Amino acid sequence: MEIKSSNWVVKPVWILFKDLKSEMRNRYALNTIVMFALTTLTVVSFSIGGFSLNSRITSSLFWLVIFFSSMSGLAQVFVKEEESKTVNLLKLTASPGTVLVGKLLFNLVLLLVLEVVIVPLFIIWMNLSILNLPLFFAVLLLGSLGLVCSTTIIAAIISKSHIKGALLAVLSFPILLPLLIAGIDGTRLSLESHDFSAGFGDLGLLGSYVVVMFTASILLFDFVWNE
Amino acid sequence: MISLESKNLGKWFGPRKIFEEIDFSLPDKGSLVITGKNGSGKTTLLKILCGLIRPTQGQVLIRHDGKNLTTDESRNLFGLVMPDLELYAELTALENLSFLSRIRGVIPAPEDLKKIITRVGLEGRENDFVFSYSSGMKQRLKYAFALFHEPDILLLDEPTANLDDEGIELAEEIISLQKEKGVLIIATNRKEDFEYGDKILQLGS
Repeated sequence: MEIKSSNWVVKPVWILFKDLKSEMRNRYALNTIVMFALTTLTVVSFSIGGFSLNSRITSSLFWLVIFFSSMSGLAQVFVKEEESKTVNLLKLTASPGTVLVGKLLFNLVLLLVLEVVIVPLFIIWMNLSILNLPLFFAVLLLGSLGLVCSTTIIAAIISKSHIKGALLAVLSFPILLPLLIAGIDGTRLSLESHDFSAGFGDLGLLGSYVVVMFTASILLFDFVWNE
Repeated sequence: MISLESKNLGKWFGPRKIFEEIDFSLPDKGSLVITGKNGSGKTTLLKILCGLIRPTQGQVLIRHDGKNLTTDESRNLFGLVMPDLELYAELTALENLSFLSRIRGVIPAPEDLKKIITRVGLEGRENDFVFSYSSGMKQRLKYAFALFHEPDILLLDEPTANLDDEGIELAEEIISLQKEKGVLIIATNRKEDFEYGDKILQLGS
């Protein structure tokens, strides 16, 4: 007996489960982002050596590692479907909104896994002392959501192109600049101050960025997907 | 009662015209064979009909009991088998069918999955990864995907490609059954398949 499941919240979760299962079997993105992250982190850590850096440079390096590592993996989410010719399966069976939210969820899980590896290592290797842990994690969470929202729609756009690498860099830089500026500043404040309210400005900016990017993605995705 | 109508369809890829002014109408239980030389746009036309790509001009109208359906409403009416369509190689046949059914909005019963696997002749191999399948087995699995939700409109591109004699018999049985229950469109250059169409559309002529 079959059971109808028309809930639009549930369908993206099936896409998430499918992508997780595929990822666990072929490590298409996970190996790339974790290796890239570890390499970047090691290079940064060795090049700094015993020097003590100020909080602005440390937080810039922190977001630099997350940005480059995530770029190498998160953008693959649609490229993989195009290259394996499975994109038409999704088009035939699911609405564009379902696909977008499913892919967003997968990228979010992937980024959180990356951060579970990177953040403790960065803190230990860079000998970081975080004065305001709640602010640090709030900035990290909102920054991650923003990063996922923007890279997912960029991934959908570049997957249709023949010059994927070049287009990724060109599109990502201007779109992610406000997010990186707010993320770096919010992280710096969490290293310098015990006062959570000091980060309200950056948190507000990051929150707005997430809302704007998510809304823009939903509105744009139909055109990108069906082009 | 399902019907499908193509009104003045045309498609260009950049400056290159593939086809234009394609007009036809298929009532319930109607069938069409599309033929034409390589590159004449048979596959492209099938993709436009089921909404995978947009036409440059014209429109496709899908009607259910006289009411025009939107792309979202008509998505689950189509079953499609074509070389351009690949199933997930890193999943098993059962996992593929189960996942694709779930994102259609239906949680499939295990006995229904087993039934369709048996029908396409893949029993005993349903838990193997698709990457281990031969091209003929992949084609059979594509039939399982296309038929599992009992589509009203079945689109077949080179329906017997990669199939052995037993597989060709299966494809012919599926085609005959579809002619009795819904709309059927076949893109082919195989002369034996021409008999399945109430109408024949020659592209590139």
